[in-house]
Amino acid sequence: MARTRKNAIRKTKSDLVFLFFNYLLLSILFLIMVYPVYFVVIASVSDSVYVNSGDLLLWPKGFHTLGYEYVWGEQRIWLGYANTIFYAGVGALAGVTVSLMAGYGLFIKTLPGRGAIMGFMVFTMYFGGGLIPFYLLVKNLGLINTRTIIIMMSMVSVYNIILTRTFLNSTIPTDLMDAAFIDGCGYGRFFFTMVVPLSKAIIAVLSLYLIVGHWNSYFSPMLYLQDSDKKPLSLFLREILLVNAETVTQQTENAEEMEKYQRLLAIIKYAVIVVSTLPIMCIYPFLQKYFVKGVMIGSLKG
Amino acid sequence: MENMKVHKKSLLKRILEHWVVYLFLAPAVLYIAIFCYGPMYGIQIAFRDYTIIEGITGSEWVGLDWFQRFFQSRMFGKILPNTLILSVYSLVAGFPMPIVLALMLNYAADKFKRVIQTASYLPHFISTVVMVGMVVAFLSPQNGFVNTIIKFFTGNTVYFMGKPEYFRHVYVWSGVWQGVGWGAIIYVAALSSVSPELHEAAIIDGATILKRMRHIDIPCIMPTMVILLILNFGSIMGVGFEKVYLMQNALNGDTSEVIATYTYKMGLIDQNFSYSSAIGLFNNVVNFILLVLVNKIADKLTGTSLW
Repeated sequence: MARTRKNAIRKTKSDLVFLFFNYLLLSILFLIMVYPVYFVVIASVSDSVYVNSGDLLLWPKGFHTLGYEYVWGEQRIWLGYANTIFYAGVGALAGVTVSLMAGYGLFIKTLPGRGAIMGFMVFTMYFGGGLIPFYLLVKNLGLINTRTIIIMMSMVSVYNIILTRTFLNSTIPTDLMDAAFIDGCGYGRFFFTMVVPLSKAIIAVLSLYLIVGHWNSYFSPMLYLQDSDKKPLSLFLREILLVNAETVTQQTENAEEMEKYQRLLAIIKYAVIVVSTLPIMCIYPFLQKYFVKGVMIGSLKG
Repeated sequence: MENMKVHKKSLLKRILEHWVVYLFLAPAVLYIAIFCYGPMYGIQIAFRDYTIIEGITGSEWVGLDWFQRFFQSRMFGKILPNTLILSVYSLVAGFPMPIVLALMLNYAADKFKRVIQTASYLPHFISTVVMVGMVVAFLSPQNGFVNTIIKFFTGNTVYFMGKPEYFRHVYVWSGVWQGVGWGAIIYVAALSSVSPELHEAAIIDGATILKRMRHIDIPCIMPTMVILLILNFGSIMGVGFEKVYLMQNALNGDTSEVIATYTYKMGLIDQNFSYSSAIGLFNNVVNFILLVLVNKIADKLTGTSLW
């Protein structure tokens, strides 16, 4: 112990052991995180014989693009893609606008009734009507089978509003506000000339949350949409990936076609996963700083 | 001076001064009134025998009949334990993992840390449908790589998705895989804000890394841990519908049927709106009470609470 004390900065034996295991475990973790994704990619380009027999672990065997050819010709995927992009784009735009406005409203400390409005909103985070009353409401409003309800569903989240308010609290200096109001700037003008330009980070964070939400969403579209030309990608993915192969192949009358489809089903699935997940996989490393930021704002209290 | 002047103004005048601000709040307030409080008005169908023709207020009042029927039904004894076991298991496995990961990352070199962290977020961006699709494919007894590996060592294959006893493990650990990196972000950030002087002082005093973790790092992230734990407890009855529903099949129903999926099936597939609403209401009330209770306990024990 005396020696380690002398060379305080040098690492002790127990620390070296710790660091060794730390790096080892983290490396294993890295493999666990990445391997399944890697496997999907190699399986999607391998020969279906190897994929079907499970004889595939480390690298692609044989090389085929049959899975991708099928995906390329599959109308449902591209239709779903277009719909998902539409819902995510419009949904994010609407959601960010409403959240930013409401967050700004709650950020004005002199507002009479601010506490009451806050309570009105926060209560809904912890208690809700439940699935059926919500469904009946949507039905009564005539929003079943409309694109509107898909966008509306996730448009306003109290969590996002509070996130925005917390962000504004820590970003907009009170001095700046006081100065602006003394110079005769109104609440509306202050929002558009000062708050919006200073809120780029929170706009990015909210957009990211909303887009990822729409990207994942499958329950509400399943519930509220009937026309297949309105369905997002997730519903078609469910049909292709999870619903039994027989029901899918009913569409192809030709027996030979059907047999071929059955044989290729595994690699088709992997190709579908790649095509549907690739875009977001390519983008997310560049957005990292925004979602880290989002989580950080969320953790601030107040 | 400023403050005094504000207080002298009448309430009406202050409200009028802020009319623009109310306008900013209007869309969100209106939305919440319609889509969050609207359904709460509809909750009353849980106490009525709802028919579409008679509508919400016109249907016959039956009191607690639906609740009674639910508590006495065979399914109650099945889906309540299923729900609780699944979420407690998720919590016990899923809550500490991000903390452990963050503590480990905190002692790795910067570049290495960044690579691992980026890789650990990756599963978060896989959508639920694709995630379940992947799980089913990987665990397939015919051609999934998990079974390829199991077969290599034991010579047998295991049909994970078709056996009720595996459902919970598959659900929970695929969830940990997907969420651990994302969940660690908040702790990694909290740890990086710990003053380096604390660590330097501890090193000079001869503290090992493990000791520093225990006496510096963990106390620093404690408030974050408590808040997240309360939030997790609050959603203990709210096992996510989507993933469970997607993972269900005819063979694993014994363990995979939970309150959320049963509510859906009773209500929207069997069209028994009142019964389903009663189950949903029971679920929400229990959830709400749990959240309040846990929050109170946490407040007493650690001084950290949501409110």
